[in-house]
Amino acid sequence: MTALVEVQDLAKTFEVSAPWLNRVIERKPRQFVHAVDGLGFAIERGSTLALVGESGCGKSTVARLLVGLYAPTRGRIRFDGRDAGAMLGSREAGTLRRRMQMIFQDPYASLNPRWKVHDIVAEPLREHALVDGAAAQRERVGELLGAVGMAAADASKFPHQFSGGQRQRISIARALATQPEFLVCDEPTSALDVSVQAQVLNIMKDLQRKQGLTYLFISHNLAVVRHVADEVGVMYLGRLVEQSPKAELFARPRHPYTRMLLDAIPDIHMSGRARTPVQGEVPNPLNPPAGCSFHPRCPHANARCRSERPAQLEFQGVRVACHAVEEGRI
Amino acid sequence: MPALLEVRNLRVEFPTRHGTLLAIDDVSFEIAPGEILGVVGESGAGKSLTGAAIIGLLEPPGRIAGGEIRLEGQRIDDLPHEQLRRLRGRRIGAVFQDPLTSLNPLYTVGRQLVETIRTHLPLDEAQARDRAIALLADTGIPAPEARFDHYPHQFSGGMRQRVVIALALAAEPKLIVADEPTTALDVSIQAQIIALLKRVCREHGAAVMLVTHDMGVIAETCDRVAVMYAGRIVEVGPVHEVIHHPAHPYTVGLMGSIPAMDEDRERLLQIDGAMPRLNAIPAGCAFNPRCPRVFERCRSERPDLADAGPTRAACWLVGAGAGVGA
Repeated sequence: MTALVEVQDLAKTFEVSAPWLNRVIERKPRQFVHAVDGLGFAIERGSTLALVGESGCGKSTVARLLVGLYAPTRGRIRFDGRDAGAMLGSREAGTLRRRMQMIFQDPYASLNPRWKVHDIVAEPLREHALVDGAAAQRERVGELLGAVGMAAADASKFPHQFSGGQRQRISIARALATQPEFLVCDEPTSALDVSVQAQVLNIMKDLQRKQGLTYLFISHNLAVVRHVADEVGVMYLGRLVEQSPKAELFARPRHPYTRMLLDAIPDIHMSGRARTPVQGEVPNPLNPPAGCSFHPRCPHANARCRSERPAQLEFQGVRVACHAVEEGRI
Repeated sequence: MPALLEVRNLRVEFPTRHGTLLAIDDVSFEIAPGEILGVVGESGAGKSLTGAAIIGLLEPPGRIAGGEIRLEGQRIDDLPHEQLRRLRGRRIGAVFQDPLTSLNPLYTVGRQLVETIRTHLPLDEAQARDRAIALLADTGIPAPEARFDHYPHQFSGGMRQRVVIALALAAEPKLIVADEPTTALDVSIQAQIIALLKRVCREHGAAVMLVTHDMGVIAETCDRVAVMYAGRIVEVGPVHEVIHHPAHPYTVGLMGSIPAMDEDRERLLQIDGAMPRLNAIPAGCAFNPRCPRVFERCRSERPDLADAGPTRAACWLVGAGAGVGA
């Protein structure tokens, strides 16, 4: 198997400085947020990489970088062996855009309320000139709606006539219109109720099996991630702190942050785990702590963690950035 | 022990141009002193409205159209506005989903706490200040003396929710209505807030009605749970029984659709369709169009809560009605 998507040293910095006049008068320096800072991963064809992390860890920025909605500050994205940044700047941009699509979190905001479902799902078909004629277009839209478990007749309705789960299925149908190989899903079920979330997750899994899709699945819900992912990357303040195959991550979490996240999930089966309550909150990304950015909350932090930023080390297919793990202290 | 809160046949309706919508239909339950009752359901089930009706904060045009709510035996649903205002905060505290909108951005958290304390308790300014600082310390806010003079925007989301919990506990109420108190927070903070809510309510002897859509939160926090669907309670019982031996098909589906942390399934159990809108609630059992075990009687007759082993469920498959059509 070869990697469909490969990311090396990806970084995105946003400037959040005060306006020029305020900076001059108040003598404030420019300020930057390192939303994504030196990320590297690869996604095998037909598999799912899930990125998890709390709000503000940069996971949505990664999604937007991958589909080209943001230009990276540093680093490279390779798609099917070729440089995606270069392709987006060339005449092949359309081809690349057709091969990767995105599903957004909020199915209420991501569908135009004044368009009928037909127009919404057919937009990528028109944009990329994929079908000829109105009849063929109607047929293709019907097919796409069928693939996500909706009726062809739904095409003549407006988004407000559907529930949240149905709307999310419409956005999946729209994303599938160009027959993409790679789907970036940014919290696709967070806005949905659990029973509806199950419908959407089942459809996504079925589609992956049938069409060999590759997913980047972004979520803050570890239980959902455990259900859909093959590989899991855990992000904290713009960096990957741990990346490993799903089974390994959930059975033997290595990084203290991963352990904390796993501990924090309320479990409906009340397996009676002893919870280690974790103190503290995510620090302000404008002013991240020196050294390992997790050290103020970490029970294993020592002097080295406070001064030196840990590099990502790989062993047995698991990549962890932690001094304590490296030194065998935990 | 007599119930702390008793809700009997509560009905809440919304008059609209196109007719009256019945948002809560014949809901009855009680909460014992010190007990934590979870109320769970999907969007539109009426769980938040039930909470709002109890604290007397139904948004017009919504109104209580029938039934009664008793707190320590006293009827509170028909109190005049002024008495209800005094009762809120003093005997029932409230914690809402978004801590930023529950706090006034223009006053320091200390001033808001002192105001609440002095409204309800006969304390002078200095005593109220001491009490406020003790409450902040109690809810795990570091350096409470310094934080006393800070404004809500200077707190993070999790810290704000701690302040809101301190406010709710300010006058030592007997009951706290917590409406999705952790939904706006990150998982690691969520765990802290749940542990806190549980601990302080136990220490202060307050009962909690915890409204949430998150079954995991319910499982870890509550003693009993009521499952709501389309404005009615479909199943109620001890939390362990409802999760592991649900009787109502909706509860079964709800539990099966939650991705579990300790088992592997290729597909999740799914309930097809969606919760009906209020203007199109099906006749008979409201769940019948989505129910995998529906039979004739479900489409015409509405089931009431009946004993179903350790829990009580509103379903023709259980209790006295069982066996008739199954």
